[in-house]
Amino acid sequence: MTIGSKHQFLDPAVKLAVLGLGIMLALPVFISGCKTMEAVTNIGTSIGQSVGMITESQAESISKSSKAVARSFEDFTPEQEYYIGRTVGAVVINKYKPYNNKKANAYINLLGQTLAKASDMPETFNGYHFLILDSDEINALAAPGGLIFITRGMLRCCRNEDAVAAVLAHEIGHVQFKHGLQAIKKSRITSALITIGAEGAKTFGEEDLASLTATFEDSISDITSTLVNNGYSRKFERQADIAAVTILKRVGYDPNGLVDMLKVMDKKLKPGSPDFAKTHPSPASRIADIQKDIGKYAGGKRSKARHARFLAALGNN
Amino acid sequence: MIKLKTSLIIFLLICLNAFPAFAAGQKMMSIQVKKGEIRSTPSFLGIIVARVSYGDRVYVREEKGPWVRVGLSGNSDDGWIHTSVLTSKKIVLNPGAADVQTSASGDELALAGKGFSKQVENEFREKNPNINYAWIDRMEKFVVSQKQSKQFLKEGDLSPEGGF
Repeated sequence: MTIGSKHQFLDPAVKLAVLGLGIMLALPVFISGCKTMEAVTNIGTSIGQSVGMITESQAESISKSSKAVARSFEDFTPEQEYYIGRTVGAVVINKYKPYNNKKANAYINLLGQTLAKASDMPETFNGYHFLILDSDEINALAAPGGLIFITRGMLRCCRNEDAVAAVLAHEIGHVQFKHGLQAIKKSRITSALITIGAEGAKTFGEEDLASLTATFEDSISDITSTLVNNGYSRKFERQADIAAVTILKRVGYDPNGLVDMLKVMDKKLKPGSPDFAKTHPSPASRIADIQKDIGKYAGGKRSKARHARFLAALGNN
Repeated sequence: MIKLKTSLIIFLLICLNAFPAFAAGQKMMSIQVKKGEIRSTPSFLGIIVARVSYGDRVYVREEKGPWVRVGLSGNSDDGWIHTSVLTSKKIVLNPGAADVQTSASGDELALAGKGFSKQVENEFREKNPNINYAWIDRMEKFVVSQKQSKQFLKEGDLSPEGGF
Protein backbone atom coordinates (compact mmCIF):
# COMPACT_ATOMS: atom_id res chain seq x y z
CA MET A 1 0.00 0.00 0.00
CA THR A 2 2.69 2.43 1.02
CA ILE A 3 4.62 1.75 -2.16
CA GLY A 4 1.50 2.23 -4.28
CA SER A 5 0.66 5.54 -2.70
CA LYS A 6 4.22 6.78 -3.21
CA HIS A 7 3.89 6.08 -6.90
CA GLN A 8 0.81 8.20 -7.12
CA PHE A 9 2.84 11.22 -6.10
CA LEU A 10 5.14 10.84 -9.08
CA ASP A 11 4.71 13.39 -11.77
CA PRO A 12 3.97 11.83 -15.23
CA ALA A 13 7.10 13.53 -16.59
CA VAL A 14 9.23 11.91 -13.89
CA LYS A 15 7.63 8.56 -14.72
CA LEU A 16 8.61 8.99 -18.36
CA ALA A 17 12.14 9.93 -17.39
CA VAL A 18 12.40 6.83 -15.17
CA LEU A 19 11.11 4.67 -18.00
CA GLY A 20 13.59 6.23 -20.41
CA LEU A 21 16.45 5.70 -18.00
CA GLY A 22 15.37 2.10 -17.56
CA ILE A 23 15.46 1.48 -21.29
CA MET A 24 18.81 3.20 -21.63
CA LEU A 25 20.28 1.08 -18.88
CA ALA A 26 18.85 -2.12 -20.29
CA LEU A 27 19.84 -1.53 -23.91
CA PRO A 28 23.64 -1.85 -23.68
CA VAL A 29 23.23 -5.07 -21.72
CA PHE A 30 21.12 -6.46 -24.53
CA ILE A 31 23.52 -5.31 -27.21
CA SER A 32 26.69 -6.61 -25.60
CA GLY A 33 25.18 -9.71 -24.08
CA CYS A 34 25.01 -13.24 -25.45
CA LYS A 35 21.40 -12.64 -26.43
CA THR A 36 22.57 -10.58 -29.38
CA MET A 37 24.23 -13.57 -30.99
CA GLU A 38 21.02 -15.50 -30.60
CA ALA A 39 19.01 -12.68 -32.11
CA VAL A 40 21.37 -12.37 -35.05
CA THR A 41 21.18 -16.09 -35.68
CA ASN A 42 17.43 -16.01 -35.49
CA ILE A 43 17.33 -13.35 -38.16
CA GLY A 44 19.85 -15.28 -40.25
CA THR A 45 17.96 -18.53 -40.04
CA SER A 46 14.60 -17.00 -40.83
CA ILE A 47 16.06 -15.33 -43.91
CA GLY A 48 17.60 -18.64 -44.95
CA GLN A 49 14.27 -20.29 -44.40
CA SER A 50 12.26 -17.74 -46.33
CA VAL A 51 14.46 -18.04 -49.41
CA GLY A 52 14.20 -21.81 -49.24
CA MET A 53 17.87 -22.49 -48.49
CA ILE A 54 17.09 -24.60 -45.44
CA THR A 55 14.10 -26.52 -44.19
CA GLU A 56 12.12 -25.56 -41.13
CA SER A 57 13.55 -28.39 -39.05
CA GLN A 58 17.08 -27.42 -40.03
CA ALA A 59 16.35 -23.83 -39.09
CA GLU A 60 15.06 -24.99 -35.73
CA SER A 61 18.16 -27.06 -35.18
CA ILE A 62 20.43 -24.13 -36.07
CA SER A 63 18.60 -21.75 -33.74
CA LYS A 64 18.80 -24.28 -30.94
CA SER A 65 22.48 -24.97 -31.45
CA SER A 66 23.42 -21.31 -31.58
CA LYS A 67 21.75 -20.80 -28.24
CA ALA A 68 24.24 -23.31 -26.88
CA VAL A 69 27.06 -21.74 -28.86
CA ALA A 70 26.52 -18.11 -28.08
CA ARG A 71 28.37 -18.89 -24.86
CA SER A 72 32.02 -19.27 -25.92
CA PHE A 73 35.27 -21.12 -26.43
CA GLU A 74 34.38 -23.24 -23.44
CA ASP A 75 31.89 -25.08 -25.61
CA PHE A 76 34.67 -26.85 -27.47
CA THR A 77 34.96 -30.37 -26.10
CA PRO A 78 38.45 -31.55 -25.06
CA GLU A 79 38.40 -33.66 -28.22
CA GLN A 80 37.86 -30.60 -30.44
CA GLU A 81 40.49 -28.68 -28.46
CA TYR A 82 42.87 -31.57 -29.19
CA TYR A 83 42.33 -31.36 -32.95
CA ILE A 84 42.78 -27.58 -32.89
CA GLY A 85 46.02 -28.06 -30.91
CA ARG A 86 47.45 -30.66 -33.29
CA THR A 87 47.16 -28.31 -36.25
CA VAL A 88 48.41 -25.27 -34.31
CA GLY A 89 51.41 -27.43 -33.35
CA ALA A 90 51.95 -28.53 -36.96
CA VAL A 91 51.95 -24.88 -38.07
CA VAL A 92 54.49 -24.01 -35.33
CA ILE A 93 56.75 -26.87 -36.44
CA ASN A 94 56.37 -25.67 -40.03
CA LYS A 95 57.85 -22.33 -38.98
CA TYR A 96 60.56 -23.67 -36.67
CA LYS A 97 62.68 -26.81 -37.05
CA PRO A 98 62.38 -29.52 -34.37
CA TYR A 99 65.57 -30.24 -32.40
CA ASN A 100 66.16 -33.90 -33.14
CA ASN A 101 67.93 -34.81 -29.88
CA LYS A 102 66.44 -37.86 -28.20
CA LYS A 103 68.04 -37.34 -24.80
CA ALA A 104 67.14 -33.65 -24.53
CA ASN A 105 63.53 -34.22 -25.64
CA ALA A 106 63.12 -37.17 -23.26
CA TYR A 107 64.33 -34.99 -20.39
CA ILE A 108 61.99 -32.12 -21.30
CA ASN A 109 59.07 -34.56 -21.39
CA LEU A 110 59.94 -36.17 -18.04
CA LEU A 111 60.11 -32.72 -16.48
CA GLY A 112 57.14 -31.18 -18.32
CA GLN A 113 54.71 -34.06 -17.96
CA THR A 114 55.52 -34.38 -14.25
CA LEU A 115 54.80 -30.65 -13.79
CA ALA A 116 51.58 -30.86 -15.82
CA LYS A 117 50.23 -33.55 -13.48
CA ALA A 118 50.53 -31.08 -10.60
CA SER A 119 48.62 -28.33 -12.46
CA ASP A 120 44.94 -27.50 -12.13
CA MET A 121 44.43 -29.08 -15.58
CA PRO A 122 46.42 -32.31 -15.20
CA GLU A 123 44.50 -34.18 -17.87
CA THR A 124 43.75 -33.07 -21.40
CA PHE A 125 42.22 -35.16 -24.18
CA ASN A 126 45.52 -36.76 -25.20
CA GLY A 127 47.90 -35.46 -22.55
CA TYR A 128 50.80 -33.00 -22.51
CA HIS A 129 53.77 -33.47 -24.85
CA PHE A 130 56.89 -31.34 -25.17
CA LEU A 131 59.35 -30.65 -28.00
CA ILE A 132 62.52 -28.58 -28.29
CA LEU A 133 62.76 -26.34 -31.38
CA ASP A 134 66.11 -25.87 -33.09
CA SER A 135 66.10 -22.09 -33.03
CA ASP A 136 68.20 -19.36 -31.44
CA GLU A 137 65.10 -17.25 -30.91
CA ILE A 138 64.16 -16.94 -27.25
CA ASN A 139 60.67 -18.41 -27.27
CA ALA A 140 58.25 -20.95 -25.84
CA LEU A 141 54.75 -21.69 -27.17
CA ALA A 142 51.78 -23.75 -26.05
CA ALA A 143 49.13 -25.12 -28.41
CA PRO A 144 45.64 -25.87 -27.03
CA GLY A 145 45.31 -29.31 -25.47
CA GLY A 146 48.91 -29.49 -24.24
CA LEU A 147 51.45 -29.53 -27.09
CA ILE A 148 54.28 -27.35 -25.75
CA PHE A 149 57.35 -26.07 -27.60
CA ILE A 150 60.54 -24.51 -26.24
CA THR A 151 63.40 -23.16 -28.34
CA ARG A 152 67.08 -23.89 -27.74
CA GLY A 153 67.49 -20.12 -27.38
CA MET A 154 65.09 -20.15 -24.45
CA LEU A 155 66.84 -23.15 -22.86
CA ARG A 156 70.07 -21.14 -22.94
CA CYS A 157 68.37 -18.65 -20.60
CA CYS A 158 67.96 -21.46 -18.05
CA ARG A 159 70.93 -22.05 -15.80
CA ASN A 160 69.38 -24.94 -13.88
CA GLU A 161 66.48 -27.41 -13.87
CA ASP A 162 64.32 -25.15 -11.71
CA ALA A 163 64.50 -22.46 -14.39
CA VAL A 164 63.53 -24.90 -17.19
CA ALA A 165 60.69 -26.11 -14.95
CA ALA A 166 59.54 -22.49 -14.60
CA VAL A 167 59.33 -21.94 -18.37
CA LEU A 168 57.43 -25.19 -18.91
CA ALA A 169 55.09 -24.49 -15.97
CA HIS A 170 54.29 -21.05 -17.47
CA GLU A 171 53.31 -22.70 -20.76
CA ILE A 172 51.23 -25.32 -18.89
CA GLY A 173 49.47 -22.31 -17.34
CA HIS A 174 48.45 -21.09 -20.82
CA VAL A 175 46.99 -24.53 -21.60
CA GLN A 176 45.21 -24.69 -18.24
CA PHE A 177 43.47 -21.35 -18.83
CA LYS A 178 42.71 -22.22 -22.49
CA HIS A 179 44.36 -18.97 -23.59
CA GLY A 180 44.91 -20.37 -27.09
CA LEU A 181 41.23 -21.10 -27.62
CA GLN A 182 40.38 -17.61 -26.40
CA ALA A 183 42.36 -16.17 -29.30
CA ILE A 184 39.74 -17.57 -31.70
CA LYS A 185 37.32 -14.90 -32.86
CA LYS A 186 33.84 -15.41 -31.42
CA SER A 187 32.17 -15.26 -34.82
CA ARG A 188 34.11 -18.36 -35.90
CA ILE A 189 33.04 -20.33 -32.85
CA THR A 190 29.44 -19.46 -33.61
CA SER A 191 29.69 -20.39 -37.26
CA ALA A 192 31.45 -23.69 -36.43
CA LEU A 193 28.77 -24.72 -34.02
CA ILE A 194 25.99 -23.67 -36.38
CA THR A 195 27.43 -26.02 -39.02
CA ILE A 196 27.53 -28.80 -36.44
CA GLY A 197 23.93 -28.05 -35.50
CA ALA A 198 22.78 -28.03 -39.13
CA GLU A 199 24.58 -31.30 -39.70
CA GLY A 200 21.91 -33.17 -37.77
CA ALA A 201 19.12 -32.18 -40.09
CA LYS A 202 20.69 -33.84 -43.10
CA THR A 203 23.55 -36.08 -44.11
CA PHE A 204 26.94 -34.53 -43.56
CA GLY A 205 27.59 -33.06 -47.01
CA GLU A 206 30.64 -31.83 -48.84
CA GLU A 207 29.52 -28.26 -48.32
CA ASP A 208 29.28 -28.62 -44.54
CA LEU A 209 32.72 -30.19 -44.38
CA ALA A 210 34.16 -27.45 -46.56
CA SER A 211 32.58 -24.71 -44.44
CA LEU A 212 33.68 -26.34 -41.18
CA THR A 213 37.21 -26.76 -42.53
CA ALA A 214 37.31 -23.10 -43.60
CA THR A 215 36.27 -22.06 -40.09
CA PHE A 216 38.88 -24.46 -38.67
CA GLU A 217 41.57 -22.89 -40.84
CA ASP A 218 40.61 -19.38 -39.73
CA SER A 219 40.57 -20.45 -36.07
CA ILE A 220 44.07 -21.95 -36.40
CA SER A 221 45.34 -18.73 -37.94
CA ASP A 222 43.73 -16.67 -35.11
CA ILE A 223 45.71 -18.75 -32.62
CA THR A 224 49.04 -18.96 -34.45
CA SER A 225 49.11 -15.24 -35.23
CA THR A 226 48.52 -14.56 -31.52
CA LEU A 227 51.22 -17.04 -30.47
CA VAL A 228 53.81 -16.00 -33.01
CA ASN A 229 53.12 -12.34 -33.81
CA ASN A 230 50.89 -10.49 -31.38
CA GLY A 231 51.29 -12.30 -28.07
CA TYR A 232 48.70 -12.69 -25.35
CA SER A 233 47.45 -9.86 -23.19
CA ARG A 234 49.42 -8.83 -20.14
CA LYS A 235 46.61 -10.30 -18.06
CA PHE A 236 47.02 -13.75 -19.64
CA GLU A 237 50.81 -13.67 -19.16
CA ARG A 238 50.29 -12.75 -15.54
CA GLN A 239 47.81 -15.64 -15.09
CA ALA A 240 50.35 -18.05 -16.59
CA ASP A 241 53.08 -16.76 -14.25
CA ILE A 242 50.81 -17.23 -11.22
CA ALA A 243 49.97 -20.78 -12.37
CA ALA A 244 53.71 -21.45 -12.84
CA VAL A 245 54.53 -20.40 -9.27
CA THR A 246 51.74 -22.67 -7.95
CA ILE A 247 52.88 -25.67 -10.00
CA LEU A 248 56.55 -25.21 -9.05
CA LYS A 249 55.71 -25.05 -5.34
CA ARG A 250 53.48 -28.14 -5.56
CA VAL A 251 56.22 -30.21 -7.18
CA GLY A 252 59.00 -28.90 -4.94
CA TYR A 253 60.90 -26.62 -7.31
CA ASP A 254 62.08 -23.19 -6.23
CA PRO A 255 59.69 -20.69 -7.90
CA ASN A 256 62.63 -18.27 -7.91
CA GLY A 257 63.72 -20.35 -10.92
CA LEU A 258 61.29 -18.19 -12.91
CA VAL A 259 62.93 -15.00 -11.65
CA ASP A 260 66.38 -16.43 -12.36
CA MET A 261 65.44 -17.30 -15.94
CA LEU A 262 63.88 -13.87 -16.53
CA LYS A 263 67.04 -12.12 -15.33
CA VAL A 264 69.18 -14.04 -17.83
CA MET A 265 66.60 -13.41 -20.53
CA ASP A 266 66.58 -9.70 -19.79
CA LYS A 267 70.29 -9.55 -20.59
CA LYS A 268 69.96 -11.62 -23.76
CA LEU A 269 66.84 -10.08 -25.31
CA LYS A 270 67.53 -7.60 -28.03
CA PRO A 271 64.98 -4.82 -28.29
CA GLY A 272 62.81 -5.28 -31.35
CA SER A 273 63.81 -8.91 -31.88
CA PRO A 274 61.08 -11.08 -33.41
CA ASP A 275 60.58 -13.40 -30.46
CA PHE A 276 59.72 -13.37 -26.80
CA ALA A 277 60.48 -9.65 -26.46
CA LYS A 278 57.71 -8.89 -28.91
CA THR A 279 55.08 -11.19 -27.46
CA HIS A 280 55.71 -10.84 -23.72
CA PRO A 281 55.80 -8.08 -21.13
CA SER A 282 59.34 -7.00 -20.19
CA PRO A 283 61.20 -9.43 -17.88
CA ALA A 284 61.74 -6.68 -15.29
CA SER A 285 58.02 -5.98 -14.91
CA ARG A 286 57.26 -9.70 -14.70
CA ILE A 287 59.92 -10.21 -12.02
CA ALA A 288 58.39 -7.48 -9.86
CA ASP A 289 54.96 -9.12 -10.04
CA ILE A 290 56.23 -12.69 -9.53
CA GLN A 291 58.24 -11.74 -6.46
CA LYS A 292 55.02 -10.54 -4.83
CA ASP A 293 53.52 -14.04 -5.35
CA ILE A 294 56.55 -15.93 -4.16
CA GLY A 295 57.10 -13.94 -1.00
CA LYS A 296 59.86 -15.15 1.24
CA TYR A 297 60.12 -18.65 -0.14
CA ALA A 298 62.29 -20.88 1.94
CA GLY A 299 61.74 -24.22 0.19
CA GLY A 300 63.33 -25.60 -2.96
CA LYS A 301 66.54 -27.26 -1.80
CA ARG A 302 69.42 -27.24 -4.26
CA SER A 303 70.48 -30.71 -5.33
CA LYS A 304 73.70 -31.93 -6.95
CA ALA A 305 71.92 -34.88 -8.58
CA ARG A 306 69.32 -32.56 -10.11
CA HIS A 307 71.95 -30.23 -11.50
CA ALA A 308 73.98 -33.13 -12.88
CA ARG A 309 71.05 -34.50 -14.87
CA PHE A 310 70.21 -31.00 -16.16
CA LEU A 311 73.79 -30.62 -17.46
CA ALA A 312 73.79 -34.15 -18.91
CA ALA A 313 70.57 -33.49 -20.87
CA LEU A 314 70.96 -29.85 -21.88
CA GLY A 315 74.55 -28.93 -21.04
CA ASN A 316 75.69 -28.97 -24.66
CA ASN A 317 72.64 -27.14 -25.89
CA MET B 1 -0.88 -22.04 15.15
CA ILE B 2 0.50 -19.90 12.33
CA LYS B 3 4.01 -20.89 13.37
CA LEU B 4 3.06 -24.58 13.19
CA LYS B 5 1.53 -24.12 9.76
CA THR B 6 4.66 -22.35 8.49
CA SER B 7 6.89 -25.10 9.84
CA LEU B 8 4.70 -27.71 8.16
CA ILE B 9 4.88 -25.90 4.83
CA ILE B 10 8.66 -25.57 5.10
CA PHE B 11 8.93 -29.25 5.98
CA LEU B 12 6.80 -30.23 2.98
CA LEU B 13 8.84 -27.99 0.68
CA ILE B 14 12.06 -29.62 1.85
CA CYS B 15 10.56 -33.07 1.26
CA LEU B 16 9.41 -32.12 -2.23
CA ASN B 17 12.82 -30.73 -3.06
CA ALA B 18 14.74 -33.69 -1.74
CA PHE B 19 12.54 -36.36 -3.22
CA PRO B 20 13.26 -35.90 -6.95
CA ALA B 21 17.02 -35.98 -6.27
CA PHE B 22 16.62 -39.27 -4.48
CA ALA B 23 14.25 -40.69 -7.06
CA ALA B 24 16.49 -39.70 -9.96
CA GLY B 25 19.16 -42.05 -8.60
CA GLN B 26 22.87 -41.61 -8.30
CA LYS B 27 24.81 -38.82 -10.00
CA MET B 28 26.80 -39.98 -13.01
CA MET B 29 29.55 -38.34 -15.05
CA SER B 30 31.44 -39.21 -18.24
CA ILE B 31 35.13 -39.51 -19.08
CA GLN B 32 35.93 -36.70 -21.55
CA VAL B 33 39.55 -37.60 -22.34
CA LYS B 34 41.04 -40.54 -24.29
CA LYS B 35 42.34 -42.34 -21.20
CA GLY B 36 41.78 -41.61 -17.52
CA GLU B 37 43.14 -43.11 -14.33
CA ILE B 38 41.42 -43.85 -11.04
CA ARG B 39 43.71 -43.54 -8.01
CA SER B 40 43.70 -44.87 -4.47
CA THR B 41 44.14 -41.38 -2.97
CA PRO B 42 43.15 -37.86 -4.17
CA SER B 43 46.65 -37.09 -5.43
CA PHE B 44 48.51 -37.46 -8.71
CA LEU B 45 51.02 -39.65 -7.05
CA GLY B 46 48.23 -41.89 -5.72
CA ILE B 47 48.47 -45.53 -6.82
CA ILE B 48 46.52 -46.22 -10.03
CA VAL B 49 43.79 -48.75 -9.29
CA ALA B 50 41.72 -48.67 -12.49
CA ARG B 51 41.71 -47.20 -15.97
CA VAL B 52 38.80 -45.66 -17.87
CA SER B 53 38.35 -44.54 -21.48
CA TYR B 54 36.58 -41.82 -23.46
CA GLY B 55 32.82 -41.96 -22.98
CA ASP B 56 32.87 -44.31 -19.95
CA ARG B 57 30.32 -43.46 -17.24
CA VAL B 58 31.16 -43.36 -13.53
CA TYR B 59 29.05 -42.96 -10.39
CA VAL B 60 29.97 -39.95 -8.27
CA ARG B 61 30.42 -40.76 -4.57
CA GLU B 62 32.13 -37.71 -3.10
CA GLU B 63 33.81 -34.49 -4.20
CA LYS B 64 36.89 -33.09 -2.50
CA GLY B 65 38.47 -30.01 -4.09
CA PRO B 66 39.38 -30.91 -7.66
CA TRP B 67 39.11 -34.65 -6.92
CA VAL B 68 36.04 -36.84 -7.28
CA ARG B 69 35.62 -40.27 -5.65
CA VAL B 70 33.89 -42.52 -8.15
CA GLY B 71 32.46 -45.99 -8.62
CA LEU B 72 32.57 -47.91 -11.87
CA SER B 73 29.28 -49.65 -11.08
CA GLY B 74 26.18 -48.72 -9.11
CA ASN B 75 27.40 -50.30 -5.91
CA SER B 76 31.18 -50.02 -6.12
CA ASP B 77 33.54 -47.42 -4.76
CA ASP B 78 36.73 -47.54 -6.77
CA GLY B 79 38.85 -44.48 -6.09
CA TRP B 80 39.69 -40.90 -7.01
CA ILE B 81 39.74 -39.19 -10.38
CA HIS B 82 40.61 -35.57 -11.25
CA THR B 83 37.72 -33.30 -12.20
CA SER B 84 39.48 -32.29 -15.47
CA VAL B 85 38.74 -35.82 -16.75
CA LEU B 86 34.99 -35.57 -16.11
CA THR B 87 31.99 -33.95 -17.75
CA SER B 88 28.38 -34.06 -16.66
CA LYS B 89 27.39 -34.59 -20.31
CA LYS B 90 26.77 -38.02 -21.76
CA ILE B 91 29.24 -38.69 -24.57
CA VAL B 92 27.94 -40.33 -27.71
CA LEU B 93 30.85 -42.12 -29.40
CA ASN B 94 29.14 -42.78 -32.75
CA PRO B 95 26.51 -40.07 -32.96
CA GLY B 96 23.65 -40.30 -35.44
CA ALA B 97 21.45 -37.49 -36.76
CA ALA B 98 19.00 -37.77 -33.85
CA ASP B 99 21.82 -37.31 -31.32
CA VAL B 100 23.00 -34.17 -33.07
CA GLN B 101 19.50 -32.69 -32.79
CA THR B 102 19.30 -33.60 -29.11
CA SER B 103 22.73 -32.16 -28.39
CA ALA B 104 21.83 -28.96 -30.20
CA SER B 105 18.82 -28.45 -27.99
CA GLY B 106 20.50 -28.81 -24.63
CA ASP B 107 23.51 -29.51 -22.52
CA GLU B 108 23.05 -33.21 -21.91
CA LEU B 109 25.01 -34.69 -24.81
CA ALA B 110 28.53 -34.28 -26.20
CA LEU B 111 29.23 -35.84 -29.55
CA ALA B 112 32.51 -37.59 -30.22
CA GLY B 113 34.09 -37.02 -33.61
CA LYS B 114 31.88 -34.01 -34.48
CA GLY B 115 32.90 -30.43 -35.13
CA PHE B 116 36.66 -29.93 -35.30
CA SER B 117 37.51 -33.59 -35.71
CA LYS B 118 39.80 -36.07 -37.44
CA GLN B 119 37.70 -35.60 -40.58
CA VAL B 120 38.21 -31.81 -40.54
CA GLU B 121 41.95 -32.25 -39.87
CA ASN B 122 42.19 -34.59 -42.89
CA GLU B 123 40.36 -32.07 -45.07
CA PHE B 124 42.69 -29.30 -43.83
CA ARG B 125 45.75 -31.45 -44.56
CA GLU B 126 44.57 -32.12 -48.08
CA LYS B 127 44.30 -28.36 -48.65
CA ASN B 128 47.65 -27.64 -46.93
CA PRO B 129 50.03 -30.42 -48.01
CA ASN B 130 53.05 -28.29 -46.99
CA ILE B 131 52.17 -28.61 -43.30
CA ASN B 132 53.80 -31.73 -41.92
CA TYR B 133 52.25 -33.61 -38.99
CA ALA B 134 55.00 -36.24 -38.63
CA TRP B 135 56.58 -34.49 -35.63
CA ILE B 136 53.21 -33.95 -33.98
CA ASP B 137 52.60 -37.71 -34.20
CA ARG B 138 56.10 -38.32 -32.80
CA MET B 139 55.50 -35.85 -29.96
CA GLU B 140 52.34 -37.67 -28.96
CA LYS B 141 54.41 -40.80 -28.48
CA PHE B 142 56.49 -39.10 -25.75
CA VAL B 143 54.56 -40.52 -22.82
CA VAL B 144 55.81 -40.45 -19.23
CA SER B 145 54.34 -42.99 -16.81
CA GLN B 146 53.51 -42.27 -13.19
CA LYS B 147 56.35 -44.62 -12.19
CA GLN B 148 58.84 -42.60 -14.27
CA SER B 149 57.53 -39.33 -12.79
CA LYS B 150 57.98 -40.61 -9.23
CA GLN B 151 61.50 -41.81 -10.00
CA PHE B 152 62.34 -38.45 -11.63
CA LEU B 153 61.15 -36.56 -8.53
CA LYS B 154 63.05 -38.81 -6.12
CA GLU B 155 66.27 -38.71 -8.12
CA GLY B 156 66.06 -34.92 -8.29
CA ASP B 157 65.64 -34.62 -4.50
CA LEU B 158 62.23 -33.06 -4.99
CA SER B 159 59.59 -33.29 -2.25
CA PRO B 160 56.13 -32.76 -3.76
CA GLU B 161 53.35 -31.36 -1.58
CA GLY B 162 51.50 -34.22 0.07
CA GLY B 163 54.51 -36.53 -0.27
CA PHE B 164 54.81 -39.65 -2.43
